[in-house]
Amino acid sequence: MLANIVSWIDKRIPMTDTFNKHVGQYPAPANFNFWYFFGSLAMLVLVNQILTGIWLTMNYTPSGADAFASVEYIMRDVEYGWLLRYMHSTGASAFFIVVYLHMLRGMLYGSYQKPRELLWLFGMFIYLVLMAEGFMGYLLPWGNMSFWGAQVIISLFGAIPVIGDDLTLWIRGDYVISGATLNRFFALHVIALPLVLVILVFLHIVALHEVGSNNPEGIDIKKPKGSVAPEELSKFKYHKHYSDKYDIVDAVPFHPYYSVKDIMGVVGFLFFFCAVIFFAPEGGGYFLEKPNFEPANPLKTPEHIAPVWYFGPFYTILRVVPDKLFGAVLMFGAIIMLFLLPWFDRGHVKSIRYRSLAHKINMTQFCICFLVLGFLGTKASSPLYNFLGVVTSVGYFGFFIALFFYSKNEKTKPLPERIAH
Amino acid sequence: MKKLLIALVALLPMLGNAAGGGAPMLHAPIDLTDNASLQNGAKLFMNYCFGCHDTRYQRYNRVARDIGISDELMIENLIFTGVKIGNLMTNAVEDEQGAKWFGQTPPDLTMITRVKGIDYVYTYLKSFYADPERPFGVNNSVFKDVGMPHVLQSLQGLPTAEFETDADGVKVLKHDEHGMAIITTDGSGEMSDDEFDIAVRDITNFLTYASEPSKLERQNTGKWVLGFLAIFFILAYFLKKEYWRDVH
Amino acid sequence: MSSAPENNGRRRFLTLATAVVGGAGTVGVAVPFIKSWNPSEKAKAAGAPVEHNVSKMLPGQLVRVKWRGKPVYVVRRTEEVLAELKDGHLDQLKDPESKVVQQPEYACNSHRSPNPEYLVVLGVCTHLGCAPTYRAGDFNEVVEGVKNGFFCPCHGSKFDMAGRVFNNVPAPKNLQVPPHMFKDSGTLLIGVDEGDA
Repeated sequence: MLANIVSWIDKRIPMTDTFNKHVGQYPAPANFNFWYFFGSLAMLVLVNQILTGIWLTMNYTPSGADAFASVEYIMRDVEYGWLLRYMHSTGASAFFIVVYLHMLRGMLYGSYQKPRELLWLFGMFIYLVLMAEGFMGYLLPWGNMSFWGAQVIISLFGAIPVIGDDLTLWIRGDYVISGATLNRFFALHVIALPLVLVILVFLHIVALHEVGSNNPEGIDIKKPKGSVAPEELSKFKYHKHYSDKYDIVDAVPFHPYYSVKDIMGVVGFLFFFCAVIFFAPEGGGYFLEKPNFEPANPLKTPEHIAPVWYFGPFYTILRVVPDKLFGAVLMFGAIIMLFLLPWFDRGHVKSIRYRSLAHKINMTQFCICFLVLGFLGTKASSPLYNFLGVVTSVGYFGFFIALFFYSKNEKTKPLPERIAH
Repeated sequence: MKKLLIALVALLPMLGNAAGGGAPMLHAPIDLTDNASLQNGAKLFMNYCFGCHDTRYQRYNRVARDIGISDELMIENLIFTGVKIGNLMTNAVEDEQGAKWFGQTPPDLTMITRVKGIDYVYTYLKSFYADPERPFGVNNSVFKDVGMPHVLQSLQGLPTAEFETDADGVKVLKHDEHGMAIITTDGSGEMSDDEFDIAVRDITNFLTYASEPSKLERQNTGKWVLGFLAIFFILAYFLKKEYWRDVH
Repeated sequence: MSSAPENNGRRRFLTLATAVVGGAGTVGVAVPFIKSWNPSEKAKAAGAPVEHNVSKMLPGQLVRVKWRGKPVYVVRRTEEVLAELKDGHLDQLKDPESKVVQQPEYACNSHRSPNPEYLVVLGVCTHLGCAPTYRAGDFNEVVEGVKNGFFCPCHGSKFDMAGRVFNNVPAPKNLQVPPHMFKDSGTLLIGVDEGDA
């Protein structure tokens, strides 16, 4: 019966073949480690955001007069509304935690290098859209931090010469942030950007499966056809799309090996995710900020305006520059640097395991700088913090510049022929 | 890579306490499971605070249910505006009118403990002191020049603070070793110091409940969810191990 | 790559156990999503029982009371009407003994109410939801020999003074009796009854 249905469908669309090509007989390197959980976790969080988001719109009212009260309506009057809301607000932060770790994985193992540049770019666009989602979503509860956070970020566009002031006015649709701004952000947050996000995620995966997954060793599991002795070949069956062109070694089919492993990763992640949702949904004031529990008030700025933590690093870079335009340029520059990473790195060895000491030091200082920048972004500025901000901003940009120079003739360790696992 | 992880972990403690220290506060000894305290807090709140402040996001019937009293008791004792039991808890004061009386609209207090902190609300209510220069004759040591009268004065009596002169010769509040202003009452109130502490605690407890009425349900559900996930993880771990025996 | 002998029993057991636990988890996750569609506290407050003072109603008078957005007909019936309901036109009714559950148990009687004097029914025709018209005194124009009743203008359904539907009309069931009770002799509560109180 089931076989008949499958065969009926397969004659009309290539269902089984597509499943085999991308899941059941997709060759994945057998040596994925802890860092490789975060891709599937990002997918999980995306699904969580979309589902809880759809459910929240069922009771949320996007208007300046009612938005704040409608969030409290969800928290109090809608059955389990509090859970849906906390799943969404915690999911937003979890999304960035997972994506940052996913990006770090890519950097550690050189997963952006040739031939995976486009894969990296799609990923970066996902990150960019995610930041826009986070920013616009943060306005929707219409709390006081929502209002003033958006006020600060939108004012950034005022730094652009000549058109700046008109541009900010156009973005807001009013002389201050108002219901008009809220409504357009709502439309973008719940329809336009998620649509773009889903398309980009699809492209990201298509690109990944075209070039194949990298791995912690940074060496290829697809060898030229005929170059590997038959007894050395991977013992599993792979889709002919791959096995016709290459000899595949040290791999496993994605399903069931990585599907069961990812289930384990997902459940482990959910444990921490739910611990936050059920026991610390405010995330120590980082996930839900205190001033956001009072409604937007255009006449009263919160004592200390901080962006949500995930914008911290870029906000610090903006803040340490004493010039408004240059600060904004540098902030957007910091993101552009990440986009261009595949071209800053001129090396041919992917994994940090086989790269020079210089690269290891550079990577470490970059991570420390990024974390400190993020920390500073959530704090009120002080002379010490300002100094630290300058140092770490230099470290951030320095990473890319140094990489560009030493990677050309980097002294790397010899790569093994095969993955030991 | 391990070094990185260590660095990450080392940075975590720096992240604690996002709002950042600020003035020292008393610890509010509240207990959300203590219905007697919540009921007393609700009664005090409705009698002393609700005249000017709303809690406009919560409903009378939900409050009655959550603090363990019947709808009839709620209607008879705590609904002063004659509205229905299912209504939101708004008071009769218009925002503009309140602004005229007090210089600014008395804020809605539904989420005040989430905005200001539980300990802050507790400390604030205990920090009024006589100050003849202020319009209502009182000031507050954690909210300087507050525009609110000391509504609990009939309970506490008239509180007076001790002062000292700082290095510049300016008269300032004297603080004890914990950084708290030293405030004593003249004993003209209905309550002893201990009774007043309990009254303030109960109001704080009620407001903490009001800020997030589903908190107890949330934590209770959370225990089951985490327990379930722990079991699920063990199964998933063994399943993964079982399959990966093919590979290793 | 060593190839350990496959332990099929163990593998099948673990797969099944994980699938069952995972399935239970999925059901658990679905609960808040499904339950959030229930009427909210706001809707419940708006749909709360309504009070109606019947002490001032005249015999034969109909009052429309809004409950949960629907019209509830409250009629104070006369002795004459009550007598007729008992054994007047039973052979002309589809369901004279209220066998179809369209009323709480305490309304399964000839007058379909806990208090014979007052009829409390939803003014919603069981055919397609129009509001039947109260024909006081001139109902015999549509049903010969019956003085009072309800006539639905949309498709001509007819109901007697207990909300029971007549034969040969499109409406299939008697008018629905909402839960109701008398708080005291003059105060009718619609939407709640002794069972809830």
